[in-house]
Amino acid sequence: METEYRFTHKHILSLDDLSPQDVDYILRVADSFKEISERPIKKVPTLRGKTVINLFFEPSTRTRLSFEVAAKRLSADTFNIAPSSSSTTKGETLVDTACNLAAMNPDIIIIRHPNSGAARLLARHINASVLNAGDGTHEHPSQALLDMMTVKEKKGRLAGLKVAIVGDITHSRVAHSNILGFSKMGATVTVSGPATLLPAGIEQMGATVCSSVEEAVADADVVMALRIQKERQRDPLIPSLREYANFFGITARTLAGAKPDALIMHPGPLNRGVEMDPAIADGPRSVILEQVTNGVAVRMALLYLIMGGD
Amino acid sequence: MAFFPLHESSLQPLLFTNGRIIDPVNGVDRSGDLLVDNGRIVATGEKLQPEHPGLRRIGLAGKWIVPGLVDMHVHLREPGEEYKETVASGTKAAAAGGFTAVAAMPNTKPVNDNQAVTTLIHVKAAAGYARVYPVGAISPGSSGDNLAEYGEMRRAGVVALSDDGRPVSDSQLMRRALEYAGNHHLLVISHAEELALSRHGAMNEGSLSTRLGLIGIPRVAEEIMVYRDLALARYTGRPIHIAHVSTREAVSLIRRAKEMGCRVTAETAPHYFTLTEEAVGRYDARAKMNPPLRTADDVAAIKEGLRDGTLDAIATDHAPHSELEKDVEFDLAANGIIGLETALPLALALVREGVITPSRLVELLAVNPARILGVAGGSLAVDGAADLTVIDPERQFVYTLDQIVSKSKNSPFLDWEMTGKAVLTVVGGRITYDGLQ
Repeated sequence: METEYRFTHKHILSLDDLSPQDVDYILRVADSFKEISERPIKKVPTLRGKTVINLFFEPSTRTRLSFEVAAKRLSADTFNIAPSSSSTTKGETLVDTACNLAAMNPDIIIIRHPNSGAARLLARHINASVLNAGDGTHEHPSQALLDMMTVKEKKGRLAGLKVAIVGDITHSRVAHSNILGFSKMGATVTVSGPATLLPAGIEQMGATVCSSVEEAVADADVVMALRIQKERQRDPLIPSLREYANFFGITARTLAGAKPDALIMHPGPLNRGVEMDPAIADGPRSVILEQVTNGVAVRMALLYLIMGGD
Repeated sequence: MAFFPLHESSLQPLLFTNGRIIDPVNGVDRSGDLLVDNGRIVATGEKLQPEHPGLRRIGLAGKWIVPGLVDMHVHLREPGEEYKETVASGTKAAAAGGFTAVAAMPNTKPVNDNQAVTTLIHVKAAAGYARVYPVGAISPGSSGDNLAEYGEMRRAGVVALSDDGRPVSDSQLMRRALEYAGNHHLLVISHAEELALSRHGAMNEGSLSTRLGLIGIPRVAEEIMVYRDLALARYTGRPIHIAHVSTREAVSLIRRAKEMGCRVTAETAPHYFTLTEEAVGRYDARAKMNPPLRTADDVAAIKEGLRDGTLDAIATDHAPHSELEKDVEFDLAANGIIGLETALPLALALVREGVITPSRLVELLAVNPARILGVAGGSLAVDGAADLTVIDPERQFVYTLDQIVSKSKNSPFLDWEMTGKAVLTVVGGRITYDGLQ
C-alpha cells in the first residue's frame, strides 16, 4: 500500500534535509501560490495571526523584500530586524539575540547571517520555525528552490537536464544549494570557474568539475552565472575583474556550445559586464527576472508548509 | 570516587598485591606485588610480607599497575581564565584520568614567558592533584618577534619551551630559539602550523568543509611547518618535539627524519586516532580543534605511527573552554577539547584493537613523555618516587556530563561508552584519586 506523502519539516535549513519528494511538493505548492501575486487583491488569509521575523545580519534587498512580500501576501505580521552583523562585538551572542526574539513568541524566524551554520544554531535554541535565508558560505535553500521552480516551469522537468554553474563556487551558498538540489532531482550539474574558486571535494556534493567554461556549458540546458563576491575574498583569488570577465564571463562566445534554448540564470545582484555580458543578461534566453517573481511564490510555499500547511 | 590534593594526602605505606605490573623500562610485564613506603617504591616481587604499621593492602586482581601517566600537553588556563580551568581543577581531572604529572602550555593570560608566571603556577600546583611542569613561551607574549628569558624561566622551573596556540611564523626566530634553548638545556616543542594557509579556517579542508560552507585548514598547513622545524632541528643539531600530529604526511616526515638520525620526538592526541572530521557533523563545536580532525586515512597513519615508534607519546592537548566560547557560530567557536579523563580509555581501545600492546601503551603515556621532558617518572624501579597508576582494563562506564571532573565540559566523547579506566592514582606515595570502589 502506498503511504500518503506528508511534508513534515519544521525548519528549512539546508537542501540536504529535503527529499526529492519534498522538493517536488514545495515546487507544486509554489506553483499554485503564484497566481495569488497576479490578482488585483494580492492577499490570502492563510497565515493570519502568525508572526514572521526577518532577522538579517547581512545587507540584503531582494531576499529580504521577497520574504516580506511572501509573508504579507499570506497575511502574516512581519517584522524586520537588521542587527549589525557584528552584534557579537556588542556583547550579545547570536543565541542571546535569538532567545530574546523567541521570548516574543514569533512563529517563524527567517535568518540571514555571515556565519555558516548560524541558522542551524538558531534552530537548536528556539521553538519557532527557522528559515535559512543564507548562512555564510553554506546554503541558501529558498534561492535553489526558486531556481528549480523556474527551470521546471520552462523545461517541464528537472530530471535529465544539464545545468552548468559558472563562477565563484567556493563562496557561493547559492551554488551549494543548487548543486545539492538539482542533482537530488536527477539533473547533471557541471561547475567551472577559476581554480582558486573551486572548493575541495565539490564533486562529492554532486557536481562535475570542468576545466573550462566552454566545457562546462557544452550541451547545457541551463547556464547559471554566480556573483563575484568581492566582500568574501580575503585571499588573492583572481587577478582582476577584467581578466575574470574575459575568461569566465558568460558571453555569446562561451555560450556557443550550450543548447540553443538554454536558460540563462543569475541569482543577483548582477555585476554587469563581469559575470555576464549585458546583452546575454537582457537577452531572450535570460530568465533572471522570472527567478525573482518565482522567489515570492517559493517563499510563500515555504512559509505555508513549515506552518503545517492546510 | 574520592580525590585528595597533594598537600592533604598522607604518606601511608601501600601494598599492592597480585596486580599485573607493566614497567617497560625495566623489561617487566608480570603479575606480582609492589610495596610503597615513605613516598618511594621499596619492593616489588611475589607474595611480599611487609610489616609496616598502618599498611594499606590493595588487591589488584585483574588490574594493571603502571608508572604514573604523564601528559606532556595540557592547558590549565591559570592564570587568567580561571572560569575555564584552574591548576587545581585541571590536575584533579588529570588524577581522575590516571595522570600523575602534566606539562602546562604557556598560553595563559598573561603568557608564561617569565619566571613570575612560572613561579605562580608552581605555587598553585602545590595544592593540586598532580605534578605540574610548566612550559615556557618561545617569545615574550608569544608574539613571535624575540626570544623570551629562557634561563630565568628554567631556573624558575620550566621544563620545555613552546609556541603552542600561537605558532612561530618567523623561521629565523625558530632557529634562534632552538639554538638558545640549548644553552639552558630546554626542549623546544613545535606547534606546527603555517598560518598563511590555515588562517580563518574552522575545520579540515575537504568535501565536508565545502558542504558545510566552512573555511578549510589544509593538511599542508601542518606539514610545511613540520618539515621546516625538522629541517631547522637538523641544521642546528638541536632536538625538537612536534606537538599534536594529525596528518599522514606529517607522520611520514617524522619517520624519515628519525631514519636520518634527526633528534625528533612527536606526540599525537587521542582524538586524532579516534575521530575523523565527520564528528563535526552539523556544526558541533565540540569537535572543533586545532589542528582539526582529519580523515580516516590520516587516522590509520597516526595509528601506524603509534605502533611503529614514529610517534613517541600520546598527549591530550586538554583545552578547556566554557559554553561562552563553544555555543556560538562554528567559525567563532574556540578551538580545543578537554581530554584528561578520556585519554586512557581511548588508548586502551587501541590495545583491544590490536594496534599496540599494553607495554607500548605505557611507553606512550608514561615512559616517553617523562623521558622527552627530562622529568622523573616513567619507571617502577625500586627506590624511585612512587608515581603510579592502577588501571582496570575491563571497567565499563559511560562518560556522562555529571562525572566530568574538569571545570569545562567541551568533549566530543560525551555519552560515549568506554571500557577501561584508571581506578587509583598515586603521586609520590600519596593517593590523589581513589576510584577502586
